[in-house]
Amino acid sequence: MKILVAISKVPDSTSKISFKDNNTQFDEAGIQFIVNPYDEWYALVRALELKENLGGAVTTITVGEANADPVIRKALAIGADDAVRIDAEPVDALFTANQIASFARDKGYDLIMFGKETINYNGSQVGAMAAGLLDLPYVSNASSLEVSGSSARLERDIQGGSQVIDVDLPAVISASKGMAEQRIPNMKGIMSARKKKLEVVAPIEAPRHTEVLSYSLPEAKSEVKLIDPDNPTELIELLHKEAKVI
Amino acid sequence: MIKEKKEALKGGEFLIRETDPNDIFTPEEFDEEQQMIAETCETFLQQEVLTRLDEIDSMQKGLMPSLIEKVGELGVLGVSIPEEYGGFNKNFVTSMLTAERLGAGYSFSVAVSAHAGIGTLPILYYGTEEQKSKYIPKLASGEYKGAYCLTEPGSGSDANSGKTKATLNADGSKYILNGQKMWITNGGFADVFTVFAKIDEDENLSAFIVDASSEGITLNPEEKKMGIKGSSTCQIFFNNVEVPVENLLGQRNEGFKIALNILNIGRIKLAGAVIGGAKGTLTEAIRYANERNQFGRPISKYGAIRQKIAKMSYKTFACESAVYRASQNIEDRIASFEVEGMSKSEAVLKGIEAYAIECAMLKVHGSEVLDYVADESVQIFGGMGYSAESSVERAYRDSRINRIFEGTNEINRMLTVDMMLKKAMKGTLDLMGPAQAVAGELMAIPDFGSAPESEFEKLHGYIKNFKKAILMIAGSAVQKLMMELAKEQEILMAVADMLIETYVAESVLLRVEKRTSLEGETEDNKLKLEMARAYIFDAGSTINQLGNEALISFAEGDELRMMTMGLKRFTKMDALNIKLVRRNIAQRMIDENKYVF
Ligand SMILES: Cc1cc2nc3c(=O)[nH]c(=O)nc-3n(C[C@H](O)[C@H](O)[C@H](O)COP(=O)(O)OP(=O)(O)OC[C@H]3O[C@@H](n4cnc5c(N)ncnc54)[C@H](O)[C@@H]3O)c2cc1C
Repeated sequence: MKILVAISKVPDSTSKISFKDNNTQFDEAGIQFIVNPYDEWYALVRALELKENLGGAVTTITVGEANADPVIRKALAIGADDAVRIDAEPVDALFTANQIASFARDKGYDLIMFGKETINYNGSQVGAMAAGLLDLPYVSNASSLEVSGSSARLERDIQGGSQVIDVDLPAVISASKGMAEQRIPNMKGIMSARKKKLEVVAPIEAPRHTEVLSYSLPEAKSEVKLIDPDNPTELIELLHKEAKVI
Repeated sequence: MIKEKKEALKGGEFLIRETDPNDIFTPEEFDEEQQMIAETCETFLQQEVLTRLDEIDSMQKGLMPSLIEKVGELGVLGVSIPEEYGGFNKNFVTSMLTAERLGAGYSFSVAVSAHAGIGTLPILYYGTEEQKSKYIPKLASGEYKGAYCLTEPGSGSDANSGKTKATLNADGSKYILNGQKMWITNGGFADVFTVFAKIDEDENLSAFIVDASSEGITLNPEEKKMGIKGSSTCQIFFNNVEVPVENLLGQRNEGFKIALNILNIGRIKLAGAVIGGAKGTLTEAIRYANERNQFGRPISKYGAIRQKIAKMSYKTFACESAVYRASQNIEDRIASFEVEGMSKSEAVLKGIEAYAIECAMLKVHGSEVLDYVADESVQIFGGMGYSAESSVERAYRDSRINRIFEGTNEINRMLTVDMMLKKAMKGTLDLMGPAQAVAGELMAIPDFGSAPESEFEKLHGYIKNFKKAILMIAGSAVQKLMMELAKEQEILMAVADMLIETYVAESVLLRVEKRTSLEGETEDNKLKLEMARAYIFDAGSTINQLGNEALISFAEGDELRMMTMGLKRFTKMDALNIKLVRRNIAQRMIDENKYVF
């Protein structure tokens, strides 16, 4: 089995989010980055399990600049054999998918695995686009993945039940919760991460079709006002004058 | 910016020498690999420990040993054990980082630190090649669990007074062990005990490696404890237990030295672990303060609560600064001993012994910071803090043991002063010269010098003066009371606390100064400076009060008046609106809903 797993860096979920450049850019200053949990806990770990059972190798791929290296090395510490970084800012989904597809095209991977989404932008597009560009079958949101011979059986959670799909390999899939369990990197893995190959590859020319106009934060919850139950006039007054709902 | 390191600060030398901020290590400098190791510890706690605290505290059979095995599988138990014994040979500072991150795990933290510390290290550092290869790989992997048996019903702080006896059998092949040990952490499930006992009529202890399965060993039921209820604590009886002679650890009569050297390591490791606990508890308190509404607003909006959040934060931050400063000093000393040709084990022991003063001070400070944090966190939780369902209730009970074991805080305070004075007597630390200089300064007209050029210079000026206050008081107490000083424990306690406050205040200042010189006045560094200012402000008041109490207890007349004036001068600081400083500190933690550093 030759498996390629896409890994992206996302802010730790307790990060304080803010924007810069007139709210058109996410401000990365002071942010702690982690491996996107869907990529790490499910796709990567399942890939490693398959490799452990069937033999082969697991390579990770990331479209990103050098500041993505720490999360890539985390993936290596968890157990990936080697890593590739396409040296470009992942500006949008199609651009990113083009980079990954171009790298993967002639490498003979049996499986290309993505997380079902990243926890920052929640686009769920890159995997599908890469499959399209590579002309390979795509199964999204898989909560289980078994490989036998030249096909894979996947289970997808769907509204009110589940669906089982067989797909011919090579294929592209995206992983959701349940496909595997988080692995904590052990000391051996951590110490070998620095020695494993992290190949930096120049990006290809690829079109950029989208442009972010602005970001905004959800509105802050306003403070609660407590009103004495014996004072309905005040309530009506506030609903009328402040909340302007009556 | 970073200059070459000058000759490193010796243990206790902080009192008479200044430190260049570039020479200290700050926790901001952990590299990627160290951070990954720290993350592994944190994730392990989150997944395996914090989700099962009730099961752990109910002493569910087999759970604690299995957790030790699991963390062992990750390699964390062997982080600083040499590779030939199945470890990863990481440096001392890295092992402190793992102690810190695993320190937020309540009972589990105690079990794992007893195993990896006092349960493993005596064999690692004093064992023969055979002893090490037999036990260390299994202890490092967690397959064997270790325990350390020093305390007895009649022998606690006075650890060398134990009655457990070892006698050689007729053919000289075995020691026969008889006696009783008490309060033994991991006693209920350990496979290997390091037991301290006296051979025949020896005055001093010797140490033995004893397999827990040996015939003649019986355990009392688990102690019922105030806290760390999930950690096993047992009385152990040795009744004609046969120990092969090759299991004598180190030399005959060397046991007390082994015990003390292992405790030195245990003390600074404990200081690391309590930082982990304090950070975790503090974050719980901040979150609760943000969620709990009273009088129509989150209680985190109230000054009384903000003040608590601020104080807990800067005490934790300052303690952390001091712990890693000392850890790096130890690390450097170990490296230089190795260069001189010492074996790794010897270098580690000597390196840590060189900073035994700092280890004792940090044990006291760390355990008291955690108790402060736990106590004020319960207060922030209000009634919920008193409920057994809240996390801080457990933190409060579990924290308390840290002031008692690894040498009580009283014993460690006395040791701090005692070791300082012994170094002075031996001439390895010149306290007399500087103490006389301060005495001279008292007589002279005060030199107000030139105004400091920066905030850092001003704050260092305060610390310099705190040191003078200590030299003045301790110097005069030694002169006056001579041999009687040892009996004046109240004065020793006060001097120890003044030393601790000064060391920690200087450490937090050096940390902030180093960060600022490297990174500039970032938002983070501005806040860190606020924390240093607040800590130094509090330390100054404490030193002033303790100094006055001490002075009045042994000096009188003109001399008392002169020294009281001196103390006033040495603890004088510019007015600081501490309320505002604390509010600023609290604001950031409240905004981010966690302890941020
Ligand atoms: C949960 C727990 C786990 C433990 N784990 C271990 C372990 O794994 N292995 C082990 O060997 N021991 C262990 N201990 C024992 C622990 O180290 C001792 O309890 C501690 O050293 C204090 O001894 P003691 O209890 O006999 O108190 P005491 O020595 O009787 O002290 C009582 C009080 O008197 C003070 N005091 C004593 N002597 C002096 C003095 N000269 N001057 C002034 N004040 C003094 C003390 O500071 C203390 O406040 C553990 C204890 C507990 C509670």
